[in-house]
Amino acid sequence: MITKIVANSWEATEGITDGMTVMFGGFGLCGIPENSIAAIRKRAVKQLTCISNNAGVDGFGLGLLLENKQIKKMISSYVGENNEFEKQMISGELEVDLIPQGTLAERCRAAGAGIPAFFTPAGYGTEVAEGKEVRIFNGKPHILELAFDASFAFVKAWKGDEAGNLIFKGTARNFNPMMAMAGKITVAEVEELLPAGSLDPNAIHVPGIFVHRIYKGDHFEKRIEQRTVRQRKTS
Amino acid sequence: MLDKNGIAQRIAQELKDRYYVNLGIGIPTLVANFIPEGINVEFQSENGILGMGPFPWEGEEDADLINAGKQTITALAGASFFDSATSFGMIRSQHIHMTVLGAMEVSQNGDIANWKIPGKMVKGMGGAMDLVASAENIIVAMMHTNKSGESKLLPECSLPLTGLGCVKKVVTELAVMEIKDGAFHLIERAPGVSVDTIKAATAGKLIIDGDIPEMKL
Repeated sequence: MITKIVANSWEATEGITDGMTVMFGGFGLCGIPENSIAAIRKRAVKQLTCISNNAGVDGFGLGLLLENKQIKKMISSYVGENNEFEKQMISGELEVDLIPQGTLAERCRAAGAGIPAFFTPAGYGTEVAEGKEVRIFNGKPHILELAFDASFAFVKAWKGDEAGNLIFKGTARNFNPMMAMAGKITVAEVEELLPAGSLDPNAIHVPGIFVHRIYKGDHFEKRIEQRTVRQRKTS
Repeated sequence: MLDKNGIAQRIAQELKDRYYVNLGIGIPTLVANFIPEGINVEFQSENGILGMGPFPWEGEEDADLINAGKQTITALAGASFFDSATSFGMIRSQHIHMTVLGAMEVSQNGDIANWKIPGKMVKGMGGAMDLVASAENIIVAMMHTNKSGESKLLPECSLPLTGLGCVKKVVTELAVMEIKDGAFHLIERAPGVSVDTIKAATAGKLIIDGDIPEMKL
């Protein structure tokens, strides 16, 4: 068995340098690699291009790297709910590339699947299609989109083992599996890190071959962005 | 005239048994509260769940279980979780039977604009462009006019587009309209709303064919 275990978030983020393109799993604040983000903040690397569906919120998630001025460019599908982001975008400090969510997912998947480009109908006839090759398939126009190219992918899983196999929980899976496949170096932080043989091979979501470094996160805040509940009736 | 719940209730009448449905943020989310008796549907949320249930009971929220609006939710019996590529795979390959979303503008040939207002902070399109580019059955839930009283049903959209020629039906506080052959076809009026009121609020080409019935809620 090939082991992927590293000691902690500091060791896991070794080798990240200024100007790199890096992926972060998660949707909103759900399933984000919060321990790796904290370590990258400590490393104070700058000018990062970040591929992530969202950009965190003020003071949490990628908001922590934004407020520390470590991000040059965000590639996302939706970036609301973040004042620091808005400030930096309006001042021109931060470049933003907004792309459709399914295209974002597929550009990650393609990167991990060895597919350099693909055609999708999403965005045809909109400004997203500007400058892109258009081809008609089955009578319908599609635009050419390219696979991403990321030096690092930081993902978060629920359970992992020393071989790097990952299992996610609930909707915290989101972009994590495709990003795990796409990273040249994929770093997985997990809530539970188990010996090989502890996880059922039938239940693995991401095979360990895609994971280069795995560690147990010190602390998971798992902040909830929109707490919506049903009130219990009191009789 | 309908309120937001009324719009949602009318759209819920479009649900058919065994439909997989994607509901957008805002009024569309309310559609889940009005599923007609005897109809079984499953709701998909594009962040990665099929079989989405109602909000959790207080104290049972799970940070790992949210919908595309980032709200805490529950999973019903028979639910499944999946990654974002799989999620948009089921959207693009038209496994989802009905998509309901909000809009800033809709044109008479079914174009939709709902993600960007030039000069204002742009938050992004999220999954809207993928949804409208592929879904067969797109229903827009929105108010007939904007805050300044201008029609949102136009000959052509003035805002940056989300998708071309994709909207099949629009339900507003005033009316239900089908879009075909480059026009809005009025098919129902909201309770107490006259055809003239709808005409006055619709800037795009509106076809009124015979007596237009009042909708039944």
